[in-house]
Amino acid sequence: MTNKKVIELEDAVVKFVGDSGDGMQLIGTLFSDTAALRGNDLATFPDYPAEIRAPHNTIPGVSGFQSHIGKRRVHTPGDKVHVLIAMNPASLKANLKWCRPDATIIVDSDIFDEKGCTKAGYTTNPLTDGSLKAYKLYSLPISTLTREYIEGKIGDLKAGMRSKNMVMLGVVYNLFGIDLKVPEHLVDKKFANKKTVAELNKGAQKVGYDYAENNNVFEEVLHVGPAELEKGTYKNVTGNVATAWGLLAAAEKSGRPFFLGSYPITPATEILMELAVHKSLGAKVFQAEDEIAGICSAIGASFTGAMACTTTSGPGLSLKSEAIGLAVMTELPLVIVNVQRAGPSTGMPTKSEQSDLYQALYGRNGECPVMVIAASTPANCFYYAYMAAKYSMEHMTPVILLTDGYLGFGAQIFKIPKMADMPEINPPIAEPNDPDFKPYIRDKNLVRKWAIPGTEGLRHRVGGLEKMDVEGIVTTDPQNHQRMSELREEKVKKIGDFIPEQDVYGEDSGDLLVVSWGGTEGAIRSSVKRMIADGHKVSHAHFNYIMPLPKNTTDIFSKFKRIVVCELNMGQFVNYLRASLPQFTYQQYNKIQGLPFLVAELKEKYNQILEEI
Amino acid sequence: MAIENSIEKAKEELVKQDFVSDQMVKWCPGCGAHAILSSVAKVFPKMGYKKENFCMVSGIGCSSRFPYYVNTYGFHGIHGRANAIASGVKVTNPGLSVWIATGDGDSMAIGGNHFIHIVRRNIDVNIMLFNNQIYGLTKGQYSPTTPMGYKTKTSPQGTVEPPFNTANLVMGSRGTFFARVVDTRPSLMSEVMYEAAKHDGTSVVEILQNCIIFADKTHDSITAKDIKDEHQLLLKHGEPMIFGKNMDKGIALINGFLEVIHLGKDGYTEKDVLVHDQYRYNPGLQRMLARMYPPERPIALGVIRSVKSPTYDDMVEEQIAYAKEHEPIKCVDDLLQSGDTWEIK
Ligand code: SF4
Repeated sequence: MTNKKVIELEDAVVKFVGDSGDGMQLIGTLFSDTAALRGNDLATFPDYPAEIRAPHNTIPGVSGFQSHIGKRRVHTPGDKVHVLIAMNPASLKANLKWCRPDATIIVDSDIFDEKGCTKAGYTTNPLTDGSLKAYKLYSLPISTLTREYIEGKIGDLKAGMRSKNMVMLGVVYNLFGIDLKVPEHLVDKKFANKKTVAELNKGAQKVGYDYAENNNVFEEVLHVGPAELEKGTYKNVTGNVATAWGLLAAAEKSGRPFFLGSYPITPATEILMELAVHKSLGAKVFQAEDEIAGICSAIGASFTGAMACTTTSGPGLSLKSEAIGLAVMTELPLVIVNVQRAGPSTGMPTKSEQSDLYQALYGRNGECPVMVIAASTPANCFYYAYMAAKYSMEHMTPVILLTDGYLGFGAQIFKIPKMADMPEINPPIAEPNDPDFKPYIRDKNLVRKWAIPGTEGLRHRVGGLEKMDVEGIVTTDPQNHQRMSELREEKVKKIGDFIPEQDVYGEDSGDLLVVSWGGTEGAIRSSVKRMIADGHKVSHAHFNYIMPLPKNTTDIFSKFKRIVVCELNMGQFVNYLRASLPQFTYQQYNKIQGLPFLVAELKEKYNQILEEI
Repeated sequence: MAIENSIEKAKEELVKQDFVSDQMVKWCPGCGAHAILSSVAKVFPKMGYKKENFCMVSGIGCSSRFPYYVNTYGFHGIHGRANAIASGVKVTNPGLSVWIATGDGDSMAIGGNHFIHIVRRNIDVNIMLFNNQIYGLTKGQYSPTTPMGYKTKTSPQGTVEPPFNTANLVMGSRGTFFARVVDTRPSLMSEVMYEAAKHDGTSVVEILQNCIIFADKTHDSITAKDIKDEHQLLLKHGEPMIFGKNMDKGIALINGFLEVIHLGKDGYTEKDVLVHDQYRYNPGLQRMLARMYPPERPIALGVIRSVKSPTYDDMVEEQIAYAKEHEPIKCVDDLLQSGDTWEIK
């Protein structure tokens, strides 16, 4: 390695693709963890096929794992791929469009026979027909190396050939100049209970590494130095796991027992699975018979004093609508997590979108306000889940937390907080035998008390029927309904006094303010950074608090010549802003392809607007 | 006599008045629900639980107004969801005595899914199923328990769909407790409610209730004064299944079917009469009993099935206790530090 030219990179996007049985998720994760342990910043995204067992070596069966490692801070799993590792022709065909023009491509040449190429839809062999000339192509005999390595070691050749992913991974480590110390440690950890598998995999990794090293396969080493990160302990988390942990953290802080009522649905199921594991924290997880039972059991739990949640995705949120109204009417705390996916109806379950905002804001019968919060990175799902639970309990209201499939499945490094540093949570629990207790008596923030069954002297009834202010008895009195409707609305608006102010990235005045919300933060922040670097007066306001809006929103908007709202839907936030703050003119940029924004397309839109000024 | 279980008991003796609410009862005069309310208010104090430990949950329908009329913690839910809401209540706090007031529309139609699943899970709640065979609150449409051919506002020529047999739906869902009563027998209602409360697991008490407005006399073939003794079989565990005004008829198993025999006739004696076993785990005979219907056979009332089986809520508590003792993650700080972490200095 000594004489090789070292290319210093600020960041690199590495994508591992292959057949769904090729173990791409495993090597993608190992590579990413290695990079993180070596100090890189990191964001990753798995790209599963929609079908569980799609036909082998075909495009629907391609599975991928994208890893963005950085010396600089990385905000997204990356737009364009620097290094593509393709285990078969189908995966190459499906992913070539994501490669940079000068990308490095490593393939297993043994698989690119006529049969494999035809099955993938190639008429000629892409490795030899010159179509990849622009790229740095390395076609290496990975399968042959694997066969030689396992022969004599393993009786079952077919099972043994699965190690070819590890041989390939060894090659990739060599390309990045990563010696095998950290990788071997991670393999040992991963297979701690299967020593022989660990040894086999470490050996395979070394075969690939040595092959590349001894044959001088790469004339250059790609080096991504350690990032400058704040001091602290870090780990790698997906958005779904971070969400689950944020909820558990809020339960512990508030002293309330934890209850989840949920039904499996892509891409939210991982939250349910993660929470089911933590019974040692007292978490009660009820896998319900359907979405409706999921939320209704949670409402029952909330009435009974639990910090209750339900987790779902768009179609499930539709099913829960009526029950959300019940939680609004009974003024009980409840966190509803919606990991959005492309809709309508079943839509594209594994693809991401921001198209449930209207549903979150308005999708119920009656005047039915709820707080709406949106997380914006896999790691901050922890924080916003925590805050959703905090506001929900402290203000006795359901809160909808919007994440999306891209955040939920995506992973990022996460600076581990200490529970002692997390904000206090003080639910308004009614004292036993409180002589002044009434079901709908309110404090100055219009919050009613949480009177928990079993508490002496507080027997009362709540329900979906309209209740008399303070007393809580059933009534259809016209004035009372007006008053209660206004109180419910005001109560949610008042949370605006407690949420943090909106911040602006870049100058606080200028030509163009880019506005976005939820899971697009990374892509949009990158695009705005580049615009600023190009000398433009562009700033970025990324919203996590949607309903109510931060109080300084008007101030921020008034300081820019133009405002453009970018979202992965057909314009839901922009229309909400048009209704909420009609004094401003908004332009919009929307994309609805089940794919994240690309920095390039965003910049093009901004430039177009700037030219009009 | 107070029921023995882990629910906290009242220090003082409670009376019916402790459970009477200050709300005006708005059921139609003559509605069978009044009798049910009165039986419940009578039996609640007998259970011995602290009055704050009762929680009444309901869905939508005439029956579901129930929580407003008893002075306990109460939750009036949305249509069909009482069983799901109550599941969350009980699993969160197994120390509550949870009662569900629901009807044939609420639990057999719109909430059918939640009903079969709460029964299957055997969550320790008590379901009072008001079966009036009609939608009362929406003014007279047929329900899933309306007898085939019955004329209602939405079936002017008679329904063309057969009804559910509630008992068999419960037992088909692995139900551990099923009892049936009629609203015209208040003391039987109280007795059965008490038995239901004692049962660990989901208890379903089907109450054949008269809706005087929209399905009056729908249960007349069971409850009419002149025939009731011939058409009702009151089951008691360990006792022979004898009925009739003169207690001269019995139920026997003949060629695999339940048949009515006349004691003293055709050589039949009391020895030929079946003895009721509500604790038998195999529900075969209990299902047959639950299917009997007049005029061929009397309807079976009382506790038809009551068997022991672990409850969902108990098992959840056990798993949590086990995990707390054996798993290394004791608090969220432990959780956050678990798995692969690294330090930036
Ligand atoms: S409509 Fe029928 S069931 Fe409803 S309250 Fe009146 S009598 Fe009772």
